[in-house]
Amino acid sequence: MYDPHIRINKWNVWYGSDHALVNITADIPAKGITTIIGPSGCGKTTLLKSMNRLLDEMAGTRVKGQVWLDGINIYDPGVDVTEVRTRVGFLAPKPFPLPMSIYDNVAYGPRIHRHTLNSRGGNDHDLDGIVENNLRAAGLWEEVKDRLRTSATRLSTGQQQRLCLARALAVEPDVLLCDEPTSALDPIAAQKIEAQLQALKKERTIVVVTHMLRQARRMADYVILLWMGELVETGPAMQVFVNPRDERTRAYLDGDIG
Amino acid sequence: MGNPAENFKRGKRGKLYLQERLLQSNHSLVKNDMRKIGLSTQTGYVGKWLDISKYLPRRTLDRLAKKWMGFQAIAVAMLVPLIAFALLFRAQPILTAKSLRELLLGTNWHPLKQAFGFYPFIMGTLWVTLTSMVIAVPPSLMTAIYLAEYAPKRIRALAKPLIDLLAGIPSVVYGVWGVLTVVPFIRNHVAPTLERWSSFIPLFRSDNTTGYSVLAGGLVLAVMVFPIIIAVAEEVIHAVPQDLREASLALGATRWQTIKFVTLRKAFAGVMAAIALAFSRAFGETMAVMMVVGNVPQAPSSFLDSAYPLTALIANNYGEMMSIPLYDAALLGAALLLMLVVLIFNITSRLVLVRLMGHF
Ligand SMILES: Nc1ncnc2c1ncn2[C@@H]1O[C@H](COP(=O)(O)OP(=O)(O)OP(=O)(O)O)[C@@H](O)[C@H]1O
Ligand SMILES: [Mg+2]
Repeated sequence: MYDPHIRINKWNVWYGSDHALVNITADIPAKGITTIIGPSGCGKTTLLKSMNRLLDEMAGTRVKGQVWLDGINIYDPGVDVTEVRTRVGFLAPKPFPLPMSIYDNVAYGPRIHRHTLNSRGGNDHDLDGIVENNLRAAGLWEEVKDRLRTSATRLSTGQQQRLCLARALAVEPDVLLCDEPTSALDPIAAQKIEAQLQALKKERTIVVVTHMLRQARRMADYVILLWMGELVETGPAMQVFVNPRDERTRAYLDGDIG
Repeated sequence: MGNPAENFKRGKRGKLYLQERLLQSNHSLVKNDMRKIGLSTQTGYVGKWLDISKYLPRRTLDRLAKKWMGFQAIAVAMLVPLIAFALLFRAQPILTAKSLRELLLGTNWHPLKQAFGFYPFIMGTLWVTLTSMVIAVPPSLMTAIYLAEYAPKRIRALAKPLIDLLAGIPSVVYGVWGVLTVVPFIRNHVAPTLERWSSFIPLFRSDNTTGYSVLAGGLVLAVMVFPIIIAVAEEVIHAVPQDLREASLALGATRWQTIKFVTLRKAFAGVMAAIALAFSRAFGETMAVMMVVGNVPQAPSSFLDSAYPLTALIANNYGEMMSIPLYDAALLGAALLLMLVVLIFNITSRLVLVRLMGHF
């Protein structure tokens, strides 16, 4: 039907004894935007973090199943986690700028991969182009081009979130995972992020977790609906939104739950 | 247990809520039921006869308690400036008789000849303190980083009280350990080895063969300040938001890159404060140091030289030969100097920590 970029196969996650994700099987198609929707606590973030192994950073998790990325199960013991995360970027709900300048935030990824970063930052000026391009791609360039060397924490929240987007893009991931990327932002800032993601989906696979149904309708090409840790329905947005197969999907879309 | 829907109902908040609601009914049957399903029936109630609120209206009691505690807090806080003023007052004679330059840089200490140069003692203190910092800081920081970033929860939970325990050992015990172990070790092993292999480096050369030395003092002090640096730095590093680490890890950074470029950078001010706190502790330490440094009034020029820190000067001499003019004032002047340095480091680092973490 379509070309899957990530295949999630019989995927289970436990937090201690909590079975947070139960036997999830779903495909993330290459390119386009896949949205993961569902009521609060249903496991959206858990599923998203499963896809670049950020889940490893949480204490007490246990997993079973496979997550295939370009034909490799990223949970194979031999897999290099940093390589996975380089290919699969992540944008958190709230912006967390690194404690350094705007420029250094964007250059951070390229620098750690080139090993040119030292404790005083780097001074490799060929990164100028990369920094500019990614700030443009995140729609932030015009606002910060005159103060690239100032601390990133002085930006507004909306600007910080776009900086985080630029920072994620600078390592050139094939897949970008976004966990409620606009939930901390005002409508205008949110709209800017949405527009950037729309523009990016032509070249990249983007997965967006959202609890805003309207946002999902606006952005989604494909949809995954979770419900208390289980997958309820997945498919092209048109099909899921217009002609849902599952009763629970219908209830969720009608706003009866969640 | 397996079903997420059940987990939702059995969530912690639900349990507490249930407990609260049930306790309100306060019926013995209900309590029995609560015990059966594993809910605590204890409240903060202390028992009837202990409860003064029976005799005093609660509001009055509350106000009294607040006032009393407020008064105590102010009294304790006032002690520091009071001591400082007392010292200043008593040191006044020497401060008027001698110039500050003469006191701080004078190398002569002959109370009988009215020569009161603190320089050898200041140098003694600085040598011993800085040596202890050089020895203590790297391993303490490594330990703090390990505990905050790598150690499993269980090890962290085990190590923290042990480290606090270390901080509670009386300093005289450290001093005894220094005399029994550190000093002989330096005399029998360290000094001969350095003599043989690196006597061309002036810092390692000395004709002092007793083992009572700057190095001994530094080692003992280093062990004493380990727990301070480890505990404070660990807490500061641990307080860096997890999301910040994840932001770096999500870009493909390794654990160590994340620690080096993000976590430690974020925690930098706090780590510096931890070191400054340890510095002030080492600077003011008296007993353990004076037991192992040899107490020879000279400015040391090697780690193996003896030294005579300010604290030892005061502790060894105050109260004796007080008939010598200005002697008393000179010693209290030294105490004032000590107190000022320790206070400045201490207050600065605590202010940094308060800003960073909201306590200390
Ligand atoms: N660190 C954790 N430790 C223990 N349980 C967790 C942890 N994180 C999540 N959970 C549990 O796993 C389940 C799924 O959580 P998750 O954060 O993936 O949900 P979500 O769909 O992203 O919710 P939200 O819309 O509120 O962000 C929840 O029941 C939650 O309580
Ligand atoms: Mg979430």
